[in-house]
Amino acid sequence: MPDTRARLRVDRTACTGHGVCAELLPELVALDEWGYPVIADAPLPARLVREVRRTVTDCPALALRVAGEG
Amino acid sequence: MRATSTVMTAGRFDQRPAPPGDTGLPRLLAAAGNGPIDGTAVSEPGLDLVAHLRRHGRPRFRAAALIEQVQAAGLTGRGGAAFPVARKLSAVAAAKGSPVVVANGAEGEPASSKDAALLWFSPHLVLDGVQLAAEAVGADTAYIYVHAGTHARGGPALPSHLRAALAQREAAGTDRVSVELVEAPARFLAGEETALVSRINGGAARPADKEYRVFQRGVGGRPTLVQNVETLAHLALIARHGANWFRSVGTRDEPGSMLCTVRAADGQARVLEAAIGTPLSWLMEITDDVQAVLAGGYHGGWLSLAAARQLALSNADLRPAGAIAGAGILIALPAAYCGLAETASVARSLALESAGQCGPCFNGLPAIAAALAELAQPRPAEQALANLRRWTGLMTGRGACHHPDGTVRFVATALQVFATEIAEHAAGRCTATRSGPFLPVTAPPETESDWR
Repeated sequence: MPDTRARLRVDRTACTGHGVCAELLPELVALDEWGYPVIADAPLPARLVREVRRTVTDCPALALRVAGEG
Repeated sequence: MRATSTVMTAGRFDQRPAPPGDTGLPRLLAAAGNGPIDGTAVSEPGLDLVAHLRRHGRPRFRAAALIEQVQAAGLTGRGGAAFPVARKLSAVAAAKGSPVVVANGAEGEPASSKDAALLWFSPHLVLDGVQLAAEAVGADTAYIYVHAGTHARGGPALPSHLRAALAQREAAGTDRVSVELVEAPARFLAGEETALVSRINGGAARPADKEYRVFQRGVGGRPTLVQNVETLAHLALIARHGANWFRSVGTRDEPGSMLCTVRAADGQARVLEAAIGTPLSWLMEITDDVQAVLAGGYHGGWLSLAAARQLALSNADLRPAGAIAGAGILIALPAAYCGLAETASVARSLALESAGQCGPCFNGLPAIAAALAELAQPRPAEQALANLRRWTGLMTGRGACHHPDGTVRFVATALQVFATEIAEHAAGRCTATRSGPFLPVTAPPETESDWR
């Protein structure tokens, strides 16, 4: 069975490298040397639900989403 | 039983293929046997619909029964990703909405010509596959997507060849679904599934990163079955001969045969059909004049001479070695050329072929190409090497399509296989005696508009 648990996903064609996600969610997002996110490929921990929601809304490029089931 | 059969040598026939038997190869390019030995006078081979039906007969398995046979056959996509075809067929058939079928013949890699060879010699097998797949998923709309291209010997280009084949079928009334031909721009990524959908929808042939998959929402927002043209040709033969016949060549886990474009150390390329699991050394001469073999093309990986001599054409063999079977591109790199310079030349072209949409790709690939260009010079380049090691570990899974993933696979294997040459360069020497490029690369794209 594929792992369908909720994960943070980025639309790579929409992402413009603002880096807001790494600021708001350092637990899950790091930036590469060009400022683009490297996102941990792990199910979202329950304790971060609020932070994740806020990061998705605050992305200036609206490039983030939560995929999978929560 | 013969495991391979040579069909075409850079536009010329090498030898007549064996006549098709129950399991004999070639299966897909049997019609090439009608061609002359010297191809200078080749006139529209494979166009004769009557000869095609006489050779292959009529399909026995259709609709749901065909999906069952395809499942039992274990057919996987021959465009490079090897995705199970029956799963795609079932997903599209079950999806909400009226499905669309697309035959994808847009092989963007300059080192590949197997799809063009297939469409040239066996267009009706591919078009049979389109109709059978459309029936199986319940589609009323179909496309065939190919590069405009040109005919090597000044004859008609592929699109007009296919239009002639389609006209024959219309006259004979064989097809339930009419097939529209859409031309792909001459870009490496134009055949990527989401780029193809965007192009057919009237946009640029650039990949997209969407929440939904093409089989759910593709052409016109409808569930879309995109299959490589070779995959559809295999499907058309499974519809005639069944799963057991298909599995009578190949390995248990990777059944059947596949088309390959093999470039020998003398630079000559030929298209051939091989059973999966055939040793690479049967498909190409791996003499001491060869320093490495590239398997899977420019999104594949380099194999050392020792590895290439031991391994077979299958993902089971090639993946653990860092390469892939992919779309069957095999290239023998002669010892006379510098492996690092060749890798740098291809990496530059891959960087230029980025669609420029995803940060990791449009930043990372040019940086990787520039570092490789430094490494290709016979002088110390420690920083470039350290950067390459870091960047190749940082790209996978970070693009809308697999262009960055495939490119770093190609580059990372070069750093391993050409390690001795890296040491030579660091000491100020290069072992090459000829300057390249040996590996074919396309001219850099010119303008924005060439994405359409």
